[in-house]
Amino acid sequence: MSVKKFVVGCFDDEKTLFPAVKNTRKAGYKIHDVYTPFPIHGLDHAMGLRDTSLHTAGFIYALTGTTTALTFMSWVFTKDWPLNIGGKPHFPLPAFIPIVFELTVLCAAVGMVLTFCYLCQLAPFVTKDHFHLRATDDLFVMPIEVTDKTNVEEVKAFFKNAGAVEVFEKEAETGWWLGRYDKAKKAFEKEEIVTA
Amino acid sequence: MALKEQFEIPGGLKKWSYALMGVGVLTLILGVVFLHPFSGGHGEGHGAEAYGATKFWMALMHNSIFWLLVVAASFFFIAATTLAQAGWPLVFRRVPEAISGAMNVLGPIALVILLGYVWVSDDHHIYHWKDVEHVKHDEKLLHKSGFLNPMFYTILSVTAVGLWMWFRHSFRKLSLAEDLAQKGERSFYWKSLAIAAAFLVTYGLTVLSTLPWMWLMSIDAHWYSTMYSWYTFASSWVAGLSLIMLFVVYLKNQGYLEYVNEEHIHDIGKFMFAFSIFWTYLWFSQFMLIWYSNQPEETAYFIDRLGFGGKGEGTFRGIFLLNLIINFLAPLLILMRRGSKRNYTVVTLMAVIIIFGHWLDFYQMITPGPLKELGKESNSLGHFVFSLGVGAGFLGLVIFLTAKYLTKAPLLPKNHPLVKESIIHHT
Repeated sequence: MSVKKFVVGCFDDEKTLFPAVKNTRKAGYKIHDVYTPFPIHGLDHAMGLRDTSLHTAGFIYALTGTTTALTFMSWVFTKDWPLNIGGKPHFPLPAFIPIVFELTVLCAAVGMVLTFCYLCQLAPFVTKDHFHLRATDDLFVMPIEVTDKTNVEEVKAFFKNAGAVEVFEKEAETGWWLGRYDKAKKAFEKEEIVTA
Repeated sequence: MALKEQFEIPGGLKKWSYALMGVGVLTLILGVVFLHPFSGGHGEGHGAEAYGATKFWMALMHNSIFWLLVVAASFFFIAATTLAQAGWPLVFRRVPEAISGAMNVLGPIALVILLGYVWVSDDHHIYHWKDVEHVKHDEKLLHKSGFLNPMFYTILSVTAVGLWMWFRHSFRKLSLAEDLAQKGERSFYWKSLAIAAAFLVTYGLTVLSTLPWMWLMSIDAHWYSTMYSWYTFASSWVAGLSLIMLFVVYLKNQGYLEYVNEEHIHDIGKFMFAFSIFWTYLWFSQFMLIWYSNQPEETAYFIDRLGFGGKGEGTFRGIFLLNLIINFLAPLLILMRRGSKRNYTVVTLMAVIIIFGHWLDFYQMITPGPLKELGKESNSLGHFVFSLGVGAGFLGLVIFLTAKYLTKAPLLPKNHPLVKESIIHHT
C-alpha cells in the first residue's frame, strides 16, 4: 500500500453531507470513503457503492457446512464405523438434521464474520487512518483522493461551498498497516481546529 | 394528482369472487347429492359408502377451519405490529383490517359447521370422542372426556371465535374513528394498543394452545403432540401473511396504495420467508422427536401419513412430502435473495404457492385420521377434488368479503401518529 494525498472535507450534519456526496460525485471527484460516527441509511446508495456480496459468501459458507456435516456423518455411520443405535437405520437422516443445521449456521456465521472483517480491513493490532479523530464522535469525514489531474485549491473551495466545517490536506496510508496512529506519517501535523 | 384512497371493487374481482363461490356452492350441492351427509353413518356397514358423510363433513371442516384461521391471522398481524409499535405496515394496514373483517362471516360459518358436526350429524369417524357408546369402552377417551365432550367443545369454540370478532370489531371502530378525529389525537393509539395486547393474550390461549387441540388434534384423539398448536398457528400465520401480500400487490397493481413500495413488500416478504422456516422448525421438531423415540402410540400419527406400506398406511406419503417441499424448500430457496423479496412477480407467485401449501398441510392434518380404515381408497382423488372445490368457494368468499370491507374506509389511516414513519420506511 502506498501513501497517497487526500483533500479531506468534514461535515457536521447529515443534511449537508448527503447533497455534498451527491455533488462530489457529479463533479467527478473520486470519493475515497466517508467516515461517519454511526451507520447512515442510504449513504451507500448516495455514494454509488455496489451491493455487498457478503451474503453470497455466506450462502457458500453455509453450503460448505451442510455438505461437510452430511458427508462426514454418512461416511462415519455407513462406511467407517456403523453402529446400531436404538435399531435405527445406518443412515438416519432425521437424526442428522440438527447437526447439519448447526454446522451450516456455524460455518455461515464464522465465515461471514471473518469475511466482514477482511472487507472492512479490521483485525487486531491493525490500524486504519480515518482522517479525523472526530469521525468517531460527531463529524462526517469525506476524503477525496488527489490524482495528477486534481486541482487541490479547487477541491477545497468546492468543499467549503458544499458546507464543510473544516477542510484540510493530508497524506495517508490507504490500506491497513500494523501500528498506532501516532506512528502514522504525520497524522496530525497541526493543532486541531475545533469549531464549536 | 388525485389520490386513489377509496377502493372501488373492479368488475374483474367481483366476477372472480362470484365464480369461485359458485364453484364452492356447486361442489357442496354435488356433495349433498352424492355423499349423503345427512343419512347417517350408523348401520350402513363399512366401506366407501359409509364414509360419504365423513368425507363431506371433513372437507367442510378442513376448509372452514383453515380459512377462518387464515383471516384471523391477519388480525394477529395487526395486533402484533400494533403492540410492537411498528410503524411500517401502516400504509397498507387497511388491507389486513379488511381481510380480518371476513371473520365476521367465516366465524359463524365455521361455528355452524363444527357444531353441526358435533351436535347434528350422526357421523363419528372424524371425532371418535363424540360417540358416547364408544367412549365408555375406550379408557383413554374416557380419561379425556372431561375435556373432549360436545359441551366443552361448543363453549370453547363459541367463546374463542366470539372474542376474536369482538376484538377485531373494537379495533376497527377505533381505526375508523381516528380518521375522522383531529390530527394529533393520541387516545385512539393507546386504546388500540390495549386492544391489541388483550387480543394477543386471547389468541395465545386459543389458537396457540387450546383450540387446535379441540378442533384438529382430537381427530386423532388417542394421539397427542405438544407441538401441535404451534404448528397449526405457524401454518395459518404464514398463509395469512401470504394472503395480505396478495391483496397488497393486487391493490398496488390497480393503482391504489400509492405509498406502498418495494420496501414494504420486502418486509412482508421477510415475514413470509422467516415464518416458512419457523413452520419447518416446528414440523421437524414434532417429526424428529416422535421418529426418534419410536413409541407406538406416538408414531401412529406419522404411520397414517408416511407409512411403511401396510394396508391403508402411507397413502398420504406423496402429499406429506410435497407439503415439505412447497412449504419449506420453495420459500427457503426462492425467497432467500433480497431481490426476490422485492420483486412483485416472485412474491405473488410465492404467496400463491404458500397458501396452497398450507391448505394442503391442513388437508394432510385432517384427512388421514378418519379415513385410515378405508385403506388405499382413503386419499382418493375424488375427495381431494371435492375439498379443493369447497376450498375455492371459501376463497371466493374471502375475496368478496375483503373487497367489501376495503370499500368501507379510505386505504390510508391518515391520522395515525406513525403514518409518516411508514411512508418513508426504508429497509
